[in-house]
Amino acid sequence: MKVLINGETKEFQDNINLLELLKVEDVAQPDMVSVQLNDTFVTKDDYSSIVLKEGDTINFLYFMGGGA
Amino acid sequence: MREFSDEELERYSRHIILEDIGIEGQEKIAQAKVLIIGAGGLGSPVALYLAAAGIGEIGIVDGDVVDLSNLQRQVIHSTKDIGVAKVQSAKEKMEAINPNIHITVYQKFLDASNILDIVKQYDFVIDGTDNFAAKFLINDACVLANIPYSHGGILRFGGQTMSIRPHESACYACVFDAPPPTNAVPTCSSAGILGAVAGMLGTIQATEALKYITGAGEPLFNKLLSFDAKSMQFRTINFKKNPKCRVCGEQGITQIKDYEAVTCEAKL
Repeated sequence: MKVLINGETKEFQDNINLLELLKVEDVAQPDMVSVQLNDTFVTKDDYSSIVLKEGDTINFLYFMGGGA
Repeated sequence: MREFSDEELERYSRHIILEDIGIEGQEKIAQAKVLIIGAGGLGSPVALYLAAAGIGEIGIVDGDVVDLSNLQRQVIHSTKDIGVAKVQSAKEKMEAINPNIHITVYQKFLDASNILDIVKQYDFVIDGTDNFAAKFLINDACVLANIPYSHGGILRFGGQTMSIRPHESACYACVFDAPPPTNAVPTCSSAGILGAVAGMLGTIQATEALKYITGAGEPLFNKLLSFDAKSMQFRTINFKKNPKCRVCGEQGITQIKDYEAVTCEAKL
C-alpha cells in the first residue's frame, strides 16, 4: 500500500493505523506532532482507530516553541 | 494621506520603485501599527527590518534584560547592552536606523491580564516569543481582538511560520490545538538554536507583515511554512480553518486565559 508522507511516497503494510505509523516512522515524541490526514487534522485519541488507505496523504507538523 | 519629505522619498526609494508597493504602499507602511512580542531571536530581525521599512508605529514587548548568551542570535542587541532592558536596547537601534518612526516600549511580559489591551492598538502582531504558553496566549488574544498576526517558532536548525487572519484563515490552534505536555517540550535553552536560523525565520515574519500591510502578494494564510536549515529544504503545508477549533471554531473561546507556562529560562 502506497501512502504519501511529508511529501514522500512510502510503502506500508495494509491496514496499518496512525499510531503504528508514528512508530514505524520513528516519531519519537508523538505529543510533539500534529497529524494531518488528507487535509484534516486528527485528534490524538483517534490515532489507533484510523486505518490508512492506499493513496492517503499524511503530514506530520512538529511543534516548535522557540523564538528568543 | 501622508506627505513624505525628500529625505523619506530617498530613504524608501527602493520600496517605492517596486511595482507592488509604490508610493501608495509606502504610505500604508508609514500609517501601519505593528506590535512585536519578544525582542529576542525572532524579534530582533523583525524590529530591525520593520524600523528600516518605515512602519509608522512599532510597539515592542519584552520584560527581560540583555544577557551575554543572547548575543549569538539576538542581533539588535550589542555587547555594551548586557544588563539593559531589551526593549530599551531595541528602541535605541531602531531609532538610529530610522528617526521617522515612533516606537512604544512595553517592558513587561504579556499575560491574560494585559495582552488584549495592548494587542487591540495594533494592525498586525508578530509572535517572537519562546514558549508555548505565550504562543497560544497570543493566538487567543489575536482571535478575540480580531488582529492578524504572524506565528513563528524555531528549534535547533529548523523554523516554522504561518500567518493568521482570525476567523478567515486557520489559527495556530486549528493546527496545533493546545500546548504539548510540559515534559515533552525541549526548550530553547536545552535544545539550542543556530543563531542565523532565527534570522531566517524573523525576516520571513517581517516580510509577511509588510505583505499584509501593503497587499503585495499572498501572506501565509492557511499555510505552514517550515524549513530545515541542515538540508535547506522548505515545505509548505496547506490546510483550512477547523470549524471545530478549540479557539476560533463555532464553540471557540470567548475569554482570555493564561496557559500553563513552560518557559524557556530567562537566563539562558
